[in-house]
Amino acid sequence: MKLTDEQRAILDGSRGETLAKVMESLVRYGELFGADEMVPISSKYNHLVTSFGLKALGPVYELMDKLIEAGAPSGQKFSVDPKPLDRNVPSNPAQDLVFKMFMYSRQKDYEKQLRELGLLSDNAFTCTCYMDEVGNKPGYGEVLSWSESSAVVYANSVLGARCNRNSGIIDLMGSVIGYVPKFGLLTDEGRKADWIIEVNTTAKPEAQLLGSAIGMKVMEDVPYVKGLDKWLGNELDDEACTYLKDFGAATASNGAVGLYHIDGLTPEAARFGEELIKDGAKVYVIDDAELERVYREYPVIWKNKDAKPKLCFMGCPHMSLQQLKDWTDKVEAGLKKNGADKVSVPTVFTAAPDVLEAFGKTPYAARLAATGVITSYICPLMYMNNPLSEKMPVITSSNKLRTYTTARYYTDDEILEQITAPGKGRKPVRIPVPGRKKGGK
Amino acid sequence: MKSFKGRVVVPGRIAAEALVSHQGLNTLASFQKALQFGDKEATCGDQNNPDLYGKKMAGKALCLPQTIGSTTGGLVLYCACSMGRQPACMLFSRPIDSLAAAGTVLADVWLDNARMPVVDSLGDEFLEYVKDGMDIIVQDGGVVMVGESYKDL
Repeated sequence: MKLTDEQRAILDGSRGETLAKVMESLVRYGELFGADEMVPISSKYNHLVTSFGLKALGPVYELMDKLIEAGAPSGQKFSVDPKPLDRNVPSNPAQDLVFKMFMYSRQKDYEKQLRELGLLSDNAFTCTCYMDEVGNKPGYGEVLSWSESSAVVYANSVLGARCNRNSGIIDLMGSVIGYVPKFGLLTDEGRKADWIIEVNTTAKPEAQLLGSAIGMKVMEDVPYVKGLDKWLGNELDDEACTYLKDFGAATASNGAVGLYHIDGLTPEAARFGEELIKDGAKVYVIDDAELERVYREYPVIWKNKDAKPKLCFMGCPHMSLQQLKDWTDKVEAGLKKNGADKVSVPTVFTAAPDVLEAFGKTPYAARLAATGVITSYICPLMYMNNPLSEKMPVITSSNKLRTYTTARYYTDDEILEQITAPGKGRKPVRIPVPGRKKGGK
Repeated sequence: MKSFKGRVVVPGRIAAEALVSHQGLNTLASFQKALQFGDKEATCGDQNNPDLYGKKMAGKALCLPQTIGSTTGGLVLYCACSMGRQPACMLFSRPIDSLAAAGTVLADVWLDNARMPVVDSLGDEFLEYVKDGMDIIVQDGGVVMVGESYKDL
């Protein structure tokens, strides 16, 4: 890799051994992908994936201590993924003990490290930092050193920023040095599509299911999706952005997608159209039967597959303000239809602290609270990843949460049916939904 | 016995028993519980990976196409190396992905005693040929020998 004099000097130790190792890490990382230069980060803020003081990640905190000791804070302020703990979320005493004493015993210390390194604010804990209410929203063409797979794929695809799927630690190191190696999704060639996805469903496909199918098929390649603008329109309005947030998170967690193009909708597809498709791109056709196949093949690893759900998580990634409002309407209507007053399954809607504050100022907040739904800034994934929580029958419409935990996936309509059913929870049911044929799960 | 040639990502020689994932390794889903709850054998916790779920990954020659999933993947791999719960080596049929690259490079640069040889671009044929339990020897220059037993090698 060709380095500038300044970059070469850092690598040679002009700013100490720790920064020399940071530069070596970035150079070796970039060289593996054929990067021939380091380019300056141009976004205002960074975003980091590691938000949790997890006992198991001790080596990461030791490495961060080295950066702090070397006087090497992040060159940018940053937001970071959601916190793993929130008293608002139902938990039993055993879970509280495991969370605080064993799992997240380093949370307080780690948040102190984050503040020393450049945390944007005490509210900057969310995986959806790009929401208007949060304010970490990069512009078209800006170069980022972000991590968090759902945020990276959103920034690349919906905002047109340029960012590789960086790992935790590498994200921060880019910000410390101020440069990232130029390869992959930072280049014009790397942003071209390897796959054409033809969406031929008879109704608007579930975002989380469609994203899952595409992610599992294309892995880390770039898909160019045709036929979705029929359902989403040609404007990146709130509804389309929300759909793409959930769709993208599923492509990134069920596969390793860092960028997708939606024909006629996302900024590069709108600008360059099919010029973005590589010669010889492979084709994947998605119809109702294919979505049904994908859904049917999800493993259900609950011991009792007919167990009544004990908890429902919505918002992985965190919900948007409009999503919270829409779901308030849906839950109210569902309860009314079923002659019920409160949700019958303890239900948690998660969103960024700033989004929750904005929601709290609307009349919807009191209405949602009246249905019994709890709001929280928690990371559901962090809540679920322990032996006590994983035994709980938890339901979700997040394909990301399904992928990383024992939570069971249902479509939005199925979730609504379950949480608004009268009585103390009901057995999981499958109800006919547009875009899917009947079949067992 | 068969020999494959790939690209050296992290140099080193090692002999170990093969453990094969035909789908992308979700690093967070696979390692998190093992790191969290002191499982020194690093039993794979990824319910979506039928090839690996419930199998011990530490000390094995982990053969895979690439890693997928959360961008914590690199730091999870780094932690596994730091805690001595890493595979003996990682052998990728495809070019390495950015998360695995980060984890293996960070471990090599920042840790003194966590050598984990890594070879990528071994080709689809490698992943078709290698089976769980086969013996593997990683040699210099990205050469990977695969056989039914060490006698073959």
